[in-house]
Amino acid sequence: MDTYYHPHDLGKFADMGKGNKNLWDKFMSYYSAVFAEAALTEREKALIALGVAHAVQCPYCIDAYSQACLEKGSNTEEMTEAVHVACAIRGGASLVHGVQMRNVVEKLSM
Amino acid sequence: MASRCVTWSKSYRCDIVKVGKIVAPTLQARNSPLASSDEQLKLLAASKSCSPFHAKMEQAGLAPLHATGISVFQINVGKLCNQTCRHCHVDAGPDRKEQMAHDTAELCIKALARTGIPTVDITGGAPELNPNFRWLVEQSRALGRHVIDRCNLTVLLMPSQEDLPEFLARHQVEVIASLPYFLPAQTDAQRGEGVFDKSVHALQKLNKFGYGADGSGLILNLVYNPVGAFLPPTQEAMETQFKRELATRYGITFNHLYTITNMPISRFLEFLVESGNFEGYMQRLANAFNPAAAVGVMCRYTLSVGWDGTLYDCDFNQMLDVPVDFGAPRHIRDFDAAQLHTRRIVIGNHCYGCTAGAGSSCGGAMG
Repeated sequence: MDTYYHPHDLGKFADMGKGNKNLWDKFMSYYSAVFAEAALTEREKALIALGVAHAVQCPYCIDAYSQACLEKGSNTEEMTEAVHVACAIRGGASLVHGVQMRNVVEKLSM
Repeated sequence: MASRCVTWSKSYRCDIVKVGKIVAPTLQARNSPLASSDEQLKLLAASKSCSPFHAKMEQAGLAPLHATGISVFQINVGKLCNQTCRHCHVDAGPDRKEQMAHDTAELCIKALARTGIPTVDITGGAPELNPNFRWLVEQSRALGRHVIDRCNLTVLLMPSQEDLPEFLARHQVEVIASLPYFLPAQTDAQRGEGVFDKSVHALQKLNKFGYGADGSGLILNLVYNPVGAFLPPTQEAMETQFKRELATRYGITFNHLYTITNMPISRFLEFLVESGNFEGYMQRLANAFNPAAAVGVMCRYTLSVGWDGTLYDCDFNQMLDVPVDFGAPRHIRDFDAAQLHTRRIVIGNHCYGCTAGAGSSCGGAMG
C-alpha cells in the first residue's frame, strides 16, 4: 500500500456491506432518504454535502459531491461558496474556543 | 479546461463569420485523427470501462432493438455552422462544406408527402444557413406537418438572417435552442467567446415575436447539456432554475427545457480523451444504464436523413457514418415507409449516452 487513499476505492464503498449487510442496508436506506428531494432540493443537499465533505476532509466525499453538484446543476461559484461556509465554520470553531483561552487567562491572572 | 479554451480561441480566428468572432477549428480543419468516424468507433469499441452496448441490451432483454414507427422525420441539412462548440457531435463549423442540395431536399419532401409522419425536425450545423432551409420549412408546413428548427441562437443575429425570427413565427416553427447554462462563463467555455451575450440577445428577439409567451402558439424550448464530463441534472429541477434565472436576469421566457447528455463522439470525444475523462465518462454512462430509458430511445421513432440523402437511425449514427442496416433502404430516393417503420436499429457503445439516467435524446430526458 503506497498511499492510504485510492480514487478507485470509492467504487468499493458497497463492499462495506459484506461485513454486516443488515447495517449496510439500514445505512443506505437512511442515506437515500436524506438526499431525496424534500423540504430542501437535491441540489441544495448536494451543496451542503460538499461543504461538509470539506469540513470532514474526506477525499472520497469531495470527489463524489463535486461531481454530484455539477450533475444537480450547480456551478463553480456556488460550490466555492459552499466550501467557504465549511471553512468559515471550521475557522470560527477554532476562534470561538479563544473564549476558553480568555477564561483561563482571566482566572489565572491577577 | 478554461486555459485550453483560451489557447484554442487565440490560435484560430475566423474572419468570415462576424457572429461569435473567435471560434475554435473543427477536427477536420485540424486534421485530427478523430475527424475519422472509423477512429471514433474503434476508440469507443475499445473502452475498458463498459461492457459492449449490445451485451447490455441483451442482458436487459432489449436486443435486437427495433423501430416502433416513425413520428419524427429529422433532416440534417449539413455541417456548416457559424459556431464551433467544443462538444459538437457533428464537428460542424464555418469551414465545413457539406450541404444538402435542392434535389435532395425535394426527395425529402416527396418521401414525407407519402407518409403521415407528423413532425419534421431540421438540424445541422446551423440549418438556417442552408439555402434550402426555408423551402423545406414552407413545403413541410404546406403538408400540414409540425416543424422544429434546432437553432444555435447566434445565427439569428447574422445580417443575412435578420428576417429569420419573423419567418419562423409566420410558419409557426417550433424553435429548440441551445443554451447550456444561464451564466456566461459556462456557456462561453462550451460554445465560444461572447456566445452567451449574443444568445441572450437572440432569445429576447424571439420573445418579442411572441416565442415562449403563453397562448402565442409559438414554442420556444431550450436545450441544456453539461459543460463537461458529467451527466445532466433532472429536467424538471433544471427547468425551474433556468426559468427563474433567465426571467430575473434577462426578462426571458421560454416553454420547456430539455436536458441532453453529451454523446461521446466527435469533438466531445476529443475533449474526453484530451482531459483524461474518456474511461471515467464511459463508466459513468454505463453505470447509469436505465432499461426504461433504453425502451424509449428516440431512434425507435425517428428517421434521420443526412445532407446527401443517406438514411440513419439517429443523428449520432449519422455522424459516425453508420447508416440504417439489416435490409432497410439506405437512401431517401429509395424511401419505403413500411420497411423503415419497423427496421432494426444499429447500435454501438456511443448509445450509452442515450440510455444513461433519465435518458437523453434530441427530445431531452424521458418523463
